[in-house]
Amino acid sequence: MSGPAVELRNVSKKFGANARPVMDRVSFRIEPGETVVLLGSSGAGKTTTLRTINRLVEPDDGEVEVEGREVRSWDPIRLRRRTGYVIQDVGLLPHLSIAENVELVPKLEGWSPERRNERARELLAFVGLAPERFASKRPKELSGGERQRVGVARALAVDPPLLLMDEPFGALDAVNRRRMQDEFLEMKQKLGKTIVIVTHDVPEAMKLGDRIGVMHAGRLLQMGPPSEILGRPANDFVAELVQSAEADGGARRVPPPRARGEGRGEH
Amino acid sequence: MDTLRFLLERRGDIAQMTLEHVFLVAVSIALAVAIGVPLGILLTRRPSLASPVIGFANVMQTIPSLALFGFLIPVPLIGGIGNRTAIVALALYALLPLLRNTYAGIQSVDPSVVEAGRGMGMTDLQRLRLIEIPLALPTVLAGVRISTVNAIGLATIAAAIGAGGLGTLIFRGLSMVDSRLILAGAVPAAVLALVADGLLGRFEKRFGWDR
Repeated sequence: MSGPAVELRNVSKKFGANARPVMDRVSFRIEPGETVVLLGSSGAGKTTTLRTINRLVEPDDGEVEVEGREVRSWDPIRLRRRTGYVIQDVGLLPHLSIAENVELVPKLEGWSPERRNERARELLAFVGLAPERFASKRPKELSGGERQRVGVARALAVDPPLLLMDEPFGALDAVNRRRMQDEFLEMKQKLGKTIVIVTHDVPEAMKLGDRIGVMHAGRLLQMGPPSEILGRPANDFVAELVQSAEADGGARRVPPPRARGEGRGEH
Repeated sequence: MDTLRFLLERRGDIAQMTLEHVFLVAVSIALAVAIGVPLGILLTRRPSLASPVIGFANVMQTIPSLALFGFLIPVPLIGGIGNRTAIVALALYALLPLLRNTYAGIQSVDPSVVEAGRGMGMTDLQRLRLIEIPLALPTVLAGVRISTVNAIGLATIAAAIGAGGLGTLIFRGLSMVDSRLILAGAVPAAVLALVADGLLGRFEKRFGWDR
């Protein structure tokens, strides 16, 4: 298909009548096969933005299009089955085995048990978990990193063209995090999917994103390739953000959100 | 020894009344499960109803059982003398633990698991069937166990309104001031409660995912 894989036009969202908007006229396009990272501190609106794409959040205003179709015209169930979703806490079903967890969406889609089983084994191998060792284990027998891999395998189960990942490596220690990032880059090459990642970690965004969208206080401040974000920051906030990350040798994260109400217009 | 011989002599009676007792409890628990579990699930969908409904069930628990049996006798359709009234009263008492445990069991399912289910495109019903009910099951079964053990004790009082069961022996013993008769009712009731507790406890373990 030609045209963008995902497009947001002037999307706004508020939770509660008088609250500050969580998304304030956010617009961007994502081309098929591209990996876009939404970067910002907690409360910046990046998770809400991600969740408008698979309709877990309904915008108050503006349009969200997936594959050229406004999401409100999609059946939300169909849309979500065509969209892999990975969250920080993974959310594996604790009463099912690892293989059964990976087979969930294929099962909902009515695949035969043989086909499901084969797919689960293939995917477990793909994310680096030997199927013969892991398939019949329970989630609680796995380490955090292993669980996160299962989460990725599960999201890929029916080969969705679009993958949404919310802080996918956020719960891992530094060593595992770096390793998962490297593996992710490799995986991304093989998959050729459109991927949207949410993170608050500047080096992670630089490493994984074809383009980065910096968000703050519900607004998208700048979107562009990492080199552009570094070389030509759109404003002081973006500049400060990437500089501090560089100065700290990559260890620095987005500064905590400022007190309510003073977040905007002070840069 | 004398008491033992007395009990053995009455074993026919005791067996008969134990069966009546089991029947009373089984029917009332089945009724309470049929109402309490779906209602508890419904409350998780309509949280604004949760506190009035659970409040009502709480109030039912505080009514002294003998009084509740008495109150129900004049009620048309469900009232009257006999085991129908007793079954309704026992079911009302069993409702609270079932309702509360079903509600709490589903509320305590890890939100990230529910979120993952939503994100992968499960319908509400699929989420209930594949995630929430299986994960709440151990808690629901614990509610069944508590209700059942309670009902076995309470059912002895149902004999006061002519519902039969082991209470009949206890009341007869009380009026005749014969402690052997009281024991003939009380000991089997206690054994029943222990057996039910053990069996249902095993059931809980077997169907629990968090072994």
